[in-house]
This record gives sequence, structure tokens and C-alpha cells, in this order.
Amino acid sequence: MIAVLLILIPLLTGLAGFAINRERGSRNWAVLSSVITLAVMIYGVTMAQGKQLGVDTTWLPQLGSRFALNLDGMSKMLCLLTAVAFPLIFIATYKNTYTNPGKFYALMLLSQAGLMGVFMAVDCLVFYFFWELALIPVYFLCSIWGGEKRIAATFKFFIYTFAGSLLMLVGILYLYNLTPDHSFALSSFYKLKLSASQQNFGFWMFFIAFAIKMPIFPFHTWQPDTYEQSPTAVTMVLSGIMVKMGVFGVLRWLLPIFPDAVSKFSNVIIIFSIIGILYASLIAIKQDDLKRLIAYSSIAHLGLMSAAIFSQQRIGIEGVMVQMFNHGIVVIGLWIVADAIERQTGTRKFSQLGGLAQKAPGLAILLVLMAFANIALPLTNSFVGEFLMFNGLFRYNPWMAFTAGTSVILAAVYTLGMIQKVFYGSVNTATENSIEANSNIRWVLIILAIGIIILGVYPQPVINLTKDTVDHLITQIQL
Amino acid sequence: MNAIILSAILGVIMMFSGIWVNNKATLRWIALAGLLVLLISNIAEMYGYRIWNVNVHNMLYFDRFGLLFNSVAIGSTFIFVALSGSDINRVGKYAAEYYTLIFFVLTGITIISVYTSLLMLFLGIEIMSIPLYILTGSDKRNLKSNEASLKYFLMGAFSTGLMLMGITLIYGATGSFSIEVLNNPAIAQGVSFLEITGMLFLLVSMAFKVSAAPFHFWTPDVYDGAPGVFTSFMATVVKAAAFIAFVKLFDARMSYSSAVVDWKMLLCILIIATLLIGNITAVFQQSVKRMLAYSSIAQAGFMLFAVFSMNEMAKEGIIFYAVSYSLATIGVFAVLLKMKDFTFEGYNGLAKSQPVLAFANTVFLLSLAGIPLTAGFFAKYFMLASVIQTGHYLWMVIVAVLFAAVSVYYYFRVIQAMYFKTGEGETENIHPGFKTGLIILTVIIILLGVAPNLIINFLYF
Repeated sequence: MIAVLLILIPLLTGLAGFAINRERGSRNWAVLSSVITLAVMIYGVTMAQGKQLGVDTTWLPQLGSRFALNLDGMSKMLCLLTAVAFPLIFIATYKNTYTNPGKFYALMLLSQAGLMGVFMAVDCLVFYFFWELALIPVYFLCSIWGGEKRIAATFKFFIYTFAGSLLMLVGILYLYNLTPDHSFALSSFYKLKLSASQQNFGFWMFFIAFAIKMPIFPFHTWQPDTYEQSPTAVTMVLSGIMVKMGVFGVLRWLLPIFPDAVSKFSNVIIIFSIIGILYASLIAIKQDDLKRLIAYSSIAHLGLMSAAIFSQQRIGIEGVMVQMFNHGIVVIGLWIVADAIERQTGTRKFSQLGGLAQKAPGLAILLVLMAFANIALPLTNSFVGEFLMFNGLFRYNPWMAFTAGTSVILAAVYTLGMIQKVFYGSVNTATENSIEANSNIRWVLIILAIGIIILGVYPQPVINLTKDTVDHLITQIQL
Repeated sequence: MNAIILSAILGVIMMFSGIWVNNKATLRWIALAGLLVLLISNIAEMYGYRIWNVNVHNMLYFDRFGLLFNSVAIGSTFIFVALSGSDINRVGKYAAEYYTLIFFVLTGITIISVYTSLLMLFLGIEIMSIPLYILTGSDKRNLKSNEASLKYFLMGAFSTGLMLMGITLIYGATGSFSIEVLNNPAIAQGVSFLEITGMLFLLVSMAFKVSAAPFHFWTPDVYDGAPGVFTSFMATVVKAAAFIAFVKLFDARMSYSSAVVDWKMLLCILIIATLLIGNITAVFQQSVKRMLAYSSIAQAGFMLFAVFSMNEMAKEGIIFYAVSYSLATIGVFAVLLKMKDFTFEGYNGLAKSQPVLAFANTVFLLSLAGIPLTAGFFAKYFMLASVIQTGHYLWMVIVAVLFAAVSVYYYFRVIQAMYFKTGEGETENIHPGFKTGLIILTVIIILLGVAPNLIINFLYF
């Protein structure tokens, strides 16, 4: 039941949202809807048990597909992230104005419904449906409300991910055809005993789709352009939640179904991930644009997650679970600050910014905290995740862990460089009229900051929440 | 049988009503009523009620597959006339004749969906094609329409000639016109040179009819030159019917003669060439009408998978593909015909000036591209699944999905023009009834995208 509500609430409120034309009304409607979703989600995580959570009804009996959703630990964690992120995004960008606000918020809510579905589906066809459905609203959001070069950038993004998903569809149909009972159910896929060549074929079909979504080097080229051109609220959804679809896909579909192929290709993929980490970090150092810097930093972080997953160590996967949640919080915080700065000064270029700390000390303190989390300093939440992930990678191959570890230093270089260029130095023409960010932004950032510190000191809740998924995953891999 | 006889009778009725009725709008209502009667009579036959009991000497066999396709074809034609009827009336003076010819085309279609004798295939194809030659040239004062008609006629006659030759050779080899006798394994062992040549001729002529590359050259010119409404009809119902004939023909044959000629390989080449030429050329078009012509070639490439894989899933799939492709294309053309400018730029800003048209058009294009939640997704799904079920030629599936990703490029150019670019989006006057029709069609497409068993169940009930 909870699973159905989590999809239906944003879906129906989203569809109704198209009818609202007034600016204030549509914003409040979106906030209301997302807060209700959050309340249902909190109830689902804390109170609801077993049958109350999932749903399983016939959908397409001839094709062997059932409309089946379920919430295990990982689903709960990611749905919680989605449910928490949307109200925060809506509140933080409350003062932003859009043309056709009703449609903007409606599409945002529809994308939330799609994301929830992806994280809960335990039937492969249902999963594919939601995987695509999360993409369509985001495509329209970026293309209508984005920056100057939005049409070309988002088109590239769309075709890229669509090509990936079609390959995944081939993989899904291939596996479906191999199941003895001709079923799309996750459990039937898990039971498959695949030969080496079957695993290799299926592995690449699925992996390319997930690699494009994450994105892993060399499939990352759509990402900086799209993040830069999208309206910031959408960028938050994209980088905070949507990239987790790729990580989630690998953990839910790739690792358990193709364990042999995973261990066969893990070396190659970890090497590509590490190349991506270093490459993105180095490019991030050279960026002059705040949004692009965060985009490249995001590629680096996702690369580390991918490397940790393919190290196939329990501790590394635990780290990924923690980090998926934490990265979502931190990166949304960073985008909120970036948006606040752009709204104040009208520019994102470091060369034109400086001295903001004198004008907006509150914002500066909060950004510094977000930045520390981005570098994964101890006491921040990312430290826990990255520590576990490096630990897993170290057990797989110390040299690889060492090489990837240099990214921590590079992260410090670009993140602290960013703070220096934006907040310190002398006040100039672009920044002299700026004032403290509005109270909405500050409150959201304070909530995020509290979350960052609490999870940095006491990460156990997330580890406990996802323990069942990790246990199951490890047994699947070792079979 | 109901549909064959009734469609011919209704054609004659239409012709004479042109003498008594001068109002074109009334003619359209008569045609719609006729199509509805036709549809009901055909559905009645699916449930076993026959109006006429004619001894067809096993030359026709009314199985579920053929009858279901008849319903699909008649239903699509009904939606086509309902949506674009006013555009049919604008083509020229003689509206009654156009409706008459559409009914005669349906007579041909209802024959080729149930044929078991090659003679009937030939007759059906001819009955279907000849009215189309006339419809293509119906814009008499337009040079392009005349050229298209002549080109279509010459190419059509040539390919029909090849088909007849093929049938003759097969008759010479086996002494029978029936595709069931051909299916007999006893004959199969003695596969002769004559028979193989005959089959090759048939393959080529069918490839002409469905505009598969490299026999597609007539398609863009004919589709572009013909009056837009009739292009819509040709590219959807007629093309789907040709595919049904194709599937029925090669359903029986492909398995046994593969020792001599590798039919799978031949089809494989046809499919890849069709996908390549259709998709790549569509990318470079400036006119939406011409883009749709090439896209219909590309879609034919996908439909050829049904001929290629030849299993139960392919049969379900071709019916479903026919439905989803026909409905979406009829919709896209219906919107196109209302545009003042047929180029991509003509669509700029349509979302502002005509939000309903733009939204419906978006759903149709998403369906053609095969995005989930639209009927087009399951159409592609069935085609891919049928090939994967055969267990071989997996690389072809990968090639096909990569081309499907290319197709997104040109379909989405229209969406981009409508939603993200600024312009006037000029259209003709839009009747409120037209918008309602579009919304109904949109709902059908989304409904089939969520519950494809609405159609598939008919094959099994």
C-alpha cells in the first residue's frame, strides 16, 4: 500500500498541477504534495511492516509481468532520499519565478513519481517503464526552462540515455526469454543459472544503460552540459537523485544476476571509474563556472561509488549505500548555494565573483560546511561513506585504492579553491550589492547541515536500514 | 466473408450516393456510418455470425488472425475518416468517389488478410492497389500528384508483374496455388529450382509493396506527392495490410527451403538496409511530410522482424504493431494536414497557439519513437521479443535498437519545434470536434500502452 501511495500521490497531484495557473498556488501545491509524500514515507520506514509496504497485482498475464513493487532496505533508503529532497528543493527554490509555474511544478512531481517507481519495482518490465518515465518529465523541464543552449544539451542527454535504456530492454528481453516460467519478476531473474557467455552478453546490455546514467567515464559527456543548462531545481533532482538510478540499477540488477561477469569485468570497470575520478577532478580544478565545477565533482564522486561496487566487498557496498544518501544531501546543498549566489550576483563565473563572505556571512558558513562534506572531512557524513568505500577498494586492490585516493586531495583543491574565489578576496562590482540569502534557503541549508553532521557522527541508521539488501547481495554474489 | 462482400456493396452505395447527395459533410457521415456497419459485421464474424455462407473452396480461410486484422484495418480507417474527413473533402470536387475508393481498398485488404491461395493474394493486392493509384493522383491540377500517381502505378504494376510470375513458377513446380500445400513436408523435400525462383520473385514483390529497401525508391516521392490525407491512409492501413500478407506468405515457407537459399540471411539484409536508409535519410529531411515518408520506411524495417522471426509472438506483434503504428501515424498526419507550413519551422510555437494539437502530436510522436506508456513501446517490445525468442541473430536486435535511438532524433525535432522554439505555429481553422477526436485517439494510444492485452486477448478468446 505504502508503495502505491508513494507513486500515486506525486502522480495525481502532478497531473492536477497542470490545471493550476497561479504562481503561488502551484508552489504551495507542490510543497503540500511533497510533504504528504514525505509523511507517508516516514511512516513506511518507521512503522509499516511486510505486507503493508509492497503491492503485487496482475498486469500483463500473457507476458508474465506483474505490477509488483516492494520496499527493501535499499529501496527505503533511496525513496526516503527522494521524499526528503523534493520538499527541500521546492522550499529552497520557493522564491524563483518560472513562466508557466503550474506546468513546471507538475512536471517536477511527475518526475518524482517516476523515480519512486524505479526504486521500488521488483518486476523488470515495471522497472523499465518507470526508468523511462522518470526521464521524460526531466527532458521537458530542462528543455523548456533551461539556459541558453538547453535544447542541444538536453537532446544529447535524452538520446544518450534512451540508447542506453533500449540496450537494457534487449538485455531484459534476453533474460526474460531464459527464465523457465517466462516471467519478468526479479525473483525469477535472481534464480537464473546463466552460462558464462549468457552472463557476458546480459552484463554489457545492462551495464551500458547504468553507466550512462551514473555516468561513468567515458559515458559522462552529456552530464556537465545538462547540469549547467538545466534550471537549478532540476539539476538538484538530476544530480541528487537521478544519478542514483544508475548506482541502484547496478546493485539491484547487475551484481546479483551476473556475478561471474561482474568479477570478470570488474578490473576494467574499476580502472575506467578511476580514470573518470581523476579526469573529472582535474577538469573541476580548471573550471571557471560554479555549476560546471559541481557537475565534474559529481562525476568524480559517482566514479568512486562505481569502483567501490565493483570491488565486490561487503564493506565497500555498505559504503556505497551510505554514500548514495549522503551524496544526495551534500550535492543538493551545494546546488542550493550555487543557485543563491547566481540569483544574487547574476553570474556563476569565479572570475567575476569575490568577497561574498563580507556581504553574506551566514551563507558563507553554510557553504563551507557543504564544502567540507564534499571533501569528506571527518565528522561530515561523506567521510563515513568514502572511508568504507576506500576500505572496500583497498581490499580488492591496494594500488587502485591508492590511485583513487588522490582524488580526495584533488577534491580539496577544487572545493577550497571555489570557496576562496567566491567568498574571499575583495568585493567587486558583481558582488557589492549582494545581501544575505533569503530565509527559506538558509533554513533548508541548516536542515541539510544538521543532517550532514548527525550522519557524520552516527551513520548507523543508514547502515542498519540497508543491511538486509547488503546481506542478500553478498549471498547472491557468493553463490 | 462479411467484410469482403459488405465493403464492396458499401463502395457501390457510396458511389451512387454521390449522385443524390451534394453536401460533402453528409457524404462523410454516410462513409462513417458505412465503416461502422462494416466494423460491426466483421466483429460479428469474429464471434461466429456470418451473413453470407459462401463456399470459398479453401481459397480463403477466416481465422482469428485475419479477422482481427480486418477489424484493426476497418477501425483505423474509421478513425482516419473521422479525423481527416474534412481534409478528404478539400482534396477535390468528387468527395463521393474518394470514399468509394477507400471502401474498395478495404475490400482488397479484407481479402489479403485471409487468403490461403496465391491467386487470392494476387487479386487482393490488385483490388487494394488500383484504387490507390487513383487516390494518389486525385489532386488533378497538381503536377506533383500526377507524377506520384504515375510513378506509383508503374512501380506497382512492375512489382505485381513479378508477383504473378512468382506465383506461376510456384504453380509450375507444385501444381497448386495453396500455401497450405506448399507447407507440406512431403513436397518440401523435393525443393526445385523453379519453386525457389518463384519464392524469390514473391519476396521481391512483397518488399516493393511494403517499401523495404532497396525496393523503397517509389515511397518518398509517392508519399510526398500524393494529397496528404491519402498519404496518411497509404502509409498506415494499406502498409499494415501488405505486412499481413507478407507474414502469412512466409509463415509457412521459410523453414524448409533454407537448405538452398538462406532466407533468414536475405531478410536480414533487407531489414538492415531498410532501417539504415529509412532512419538516416529521415534525419536530413526539412519537410515533416517527407520525414514521415522516410520514417514509414524505417518503421517497415521494424515490422519486417515479424516476417523474420516467424513465431506466435511475431503474429501477435505484427497485429499490435499495425494498430499502434497506424493510429499514431494517422494522428500525426491529421495534425500535419492542419498546418499551414509542412516544414519543421512551421511547427515552431504550436504549443502556444494550439496546446491540444501540440500535446496530442507529442503523444503520437512518442508512440512512434517507442517510449513506454504509449502503444508504440509494446509494438517495438513484441518485435524485439519475437527475435530474441528465436535465440539467434541477437546482434540484429542491437542494431535495431540503435536505429530506434536514431529515430528519436527526427521525431523529437518536431516536439522541440512545438514546445521549445518560438514562432506563430500557424494552422488552419480547427474545429472543436477535431480536438475531441485527437484527444480520444491520444487516450486510446496511452491505454494500449498500459494494457496491450486489450488487443492481444482477441487472438485467444
